[in-house]
Amino acid sequence: MAHVHFSAGLRSSFTGGVADLVVEATTVRALIRALDERFPGIGEKLSSGTSVAIDGEIIPDADLEALAPHAEVHFLETLGGG
Amino acid sequence: MTIAEDPATTAPGYKWVGTRMIRPDGFEKVTGRARFGADLKLNGMLYGHVLRSPHAHANIVSIDTSEAEKMAGVRAVITRADFPAPSGPAGDQDLQRNAMAREKVLYEGHVVAAVAAQTRGQAKAAAEAIKVVYEVLPHVMTVDEAMAPSAALLHPNLMTKGIDPAPTGPSNVASRALYQGGDLDLGFAESDVVVEGTFTTKPVHHGYIEPHAAVADTTPNGRTTLWCSSQGHFTMRAMSAKVLGWEPSRLKVIPAEIGGGFGGKTTIYLEPLAVRLSQKAGRPVKMVMSRDEVFRATGPASGTKIVAKMGFKNDGTMVAAELWMAYEAGAFAGSPAGAGSMTALAPYTVANFLIEGFDVVVNKPKVAAYRAPGAPMSSFAVESLIDEAATKIGMDPIEIRLKNAVTEGCQATYGPKFPRIGFVETLEAIKNHPNYQIPLGPNQGRGVASGFWFNAGLNSSATVHVNEDGNVIVVTGSPDIGGSRASMALMAAEEFGIDAARIQPVVGDTESVGYNDQTGGSRTTLATGAAVIEACRKILADLRGRAAKQWDVPLDKVEWVDGQAQHVDGTQPPLSLEDLAKGWNRTGGPLTASAALNARGVGSAFSTQVVDLEIDPDTGHVTVLRYLTAQDAGRAIHPSYVEGQLQGGVVQGLGWALNEEYIFDRNGKMENASFLDYRIPVASDMPMIDTIVVEVPNPGHPYGVRGVGEVGIVPPLAAVANAVEHAVGRRLRDLPLSPVRILDAILNKDC
Repeated sequence: MAHVHFSAGLRSSFTGGVADLVVEATTVRALIRALDERFPGIGEKLSSGTSVAIDGEIIPDADLEALAPHAEVHFLETLGGG
Repeated sequence: MTIAEDPATTAPGYKWVGTRMIRPDGFEKVTGRARFGADLKLNGMLYGHVLRSPHAHANIVSIDTSEAEKMAGVRAVITRADFPAPSGPAGDQDLQRNAMAREKVLYEGHVVAAVAAQTRGQAKAAAEAIKVVYEVLPHVMTVDEAMAPSAALLHPNLMTKGIDPAPTGPSNVASRALYQGGDLDLGFAESDVVVEGTFTTKPVHHGYIEPHAAVADTTPNGRTTLWCSSQGHFTMRAMSAKVLGWEPSRLKVIPAEIGGGFGGKTTIYLEPLAVRLSQKAGRPVKMVMSRDEVFRATGPASGTKIVAKMGFKNDGTMVAAELWMAYEAGAFAGSPAGAGSMTALAPYTVANFLIEGFDVVVNKPKVAAYRAPGAPMSSFAVESLIDEAATKIGMDPIEIRLKNAVTEGCQATYGPKFPRIGFVETLEAIKNHPNYQIPLGPNQGRGVASGFWFNAGLNSSATVHVNEDGNVIVVTGSPDIGGSRASMALMAAEEFGIDAARIQPVVGDTESVGYNDQTGGSRTTLATGAAVIEACRKILADLRGRAAKQWDVPLDKVEWVDGQAQHVDGTQPPLSLEDLAKGWNRTGGPLTASAALNARGVGSAFSTQVVDLEIDPDTGHVTVLRYLTAQDAGRAIHPSYVEGQLQGGVVQGLGWALNEEYIFDRNGKMENASFLDYRIPVASDMPMIDTIVVEVPNPGHPYGVRGVGEVGIVPPLAAVANAVEHAVGRRLRDLPLSPVRILDAILNKDC
């Protein structure tokens, strides 16, 4: 079970104000699929143009990452560095 | 030559990590032998020249190259007709349109055509003979102009992302980032002190000393070798291939030494042009930008406008923050408004906040990454208001930050919880330093500010070879822009337990080592270092096995200590790395190993800085008296180069705060595209930048490394503004704090 937190931008555009959710998923890809079923359209947004923070660590291109039980997941803006 | 100049700085438990070896590339660089992008010469080489747009915004009606093609020495002319139509994701199409204008030009300096000829003069003359008919369009140069309802549009199909409900028509706003927590109204209602203001920053350039340069050599079979100076030759290969319509493997990119990057050499400009010219001419082509071109055509950092409001309790507790931020993207979407939104309040716990960050296209060169992209501007606003609040409350500026500082387990305003971090340690280090107690004189002011940057991990590869003499070659694909060769050598020396002078670190080309992401995001020592460590450990495991084979004992009877295999019971004479290398024929062949990884365990970076400065009340000129920066490096592998990164960030931040700005005329043409008129700090402007390297080890890296290259540029903008406020008694919110602006503040103090 992953504990997903939605940013204000995602809450505003996709989740109808839902800020947190517990989802049965063992990978980020499965999590995104589950979220897209519940909030249609969010899957495309989460699959491109976002990074994922899993238990505090920001991971780009994270769709195949495994989620440990009770993982804390945040979807974030994609970042660049100099 | 002494390798370990200061062994006393060795980190506890380490022999080489924490020492200050002379950089392996130093001799070549100080004697002029190192080969930078513009140094290469090939037989039969032609010279390329770019024709650039004289207009900030115009449709291209026609391009006539017929005269130019007939001119003496001309071997190739290229225009939009020589590149495939833009395709792929929006970002790829922007890359293609920025490399060579298609239907219209979007900024002064946008590429319209390029020529290759036998001499530079011939190429320039031919480029000037190309006839381009433009239909000039209205232009927008600031976020205010670009966001106005009647603004001229750069892209007819640009729809704002992140707005609910979705917009029904195009605009110049590419996206909105939104971060929100708590109840903002309640937060301000609970506040005893509310501070607010509108802050602006101008576009600034990295000012790397070496202009962009590329040499391309395309053979008749289509294979191309490209030499260029960049922060990542694998990325140059991928980006160039996208513009050319090629598979990346058709290109071999050889990294030249790099004369400064700071984020600005993470994208392509000349590279695909040189390749296409070379392909068309059948000869090698060299292209080198002038400084004028660097200013007009390569990416600066965003100009910004930030409207900020913050609320505090009388005990200094931050209870509310509201930020509206608009970042110039230049001609194509992609400003760091998102990162600016995420970093703005990251150092602090605040229960109630609303952050909006807008990515806005304007008719200026597309912005490029610049050290901690997006963070300095938002930090300028936040750290200025914190200082104002501290003054109003009557609280020390370090104490108010300590009151609100994030620590391990705190939730960042952008979402996740922080692991072990060293922010408080940087604040304490400044507070306890003698500089912070020095009394100030008339017209002098002291300013404090802090900053945060994420740092990055990303992809790295390394290959390690042991030579037959027992010396070691470490090959990575990370260009060395901050002393990373030395860091790689030190980490490999630590792993093998041999003198760092016996390690030869090499930056390999795209066909000599596995893929590496760019040297950016303060990631190389962490990520490429982790790959080097992993490859070394593979060889060490191999070496133990070979010693066991030689001694005919089980593997667990062999350990590696101080550069040699030892029998745990001491029943065998040790075998050194040289011994095992000499005997590799008998034990399994050459000793080599590679490692590739997508790095994890990134440790975030925090910096706190204090500046003392003096203002000449007659001229408004600022003299920086002393500057102290404290930054958490996790573990300083090479302390001198860590200190250098800290100092470099501060100096560039001081330029941003005090002098630097792009100035455009009413037609959108840059008026100060030279180092005479765009003034970066020089050595005589600067005092010694004092450094405190705080070491709170990053648990995610074998040696505790955190990236150090970027966060140092975040605090100076506000630190200087805060010091100026304390010196002249007036808050200035528009950068740069040039003498004219400061003098105006002094003369109109009571207005």
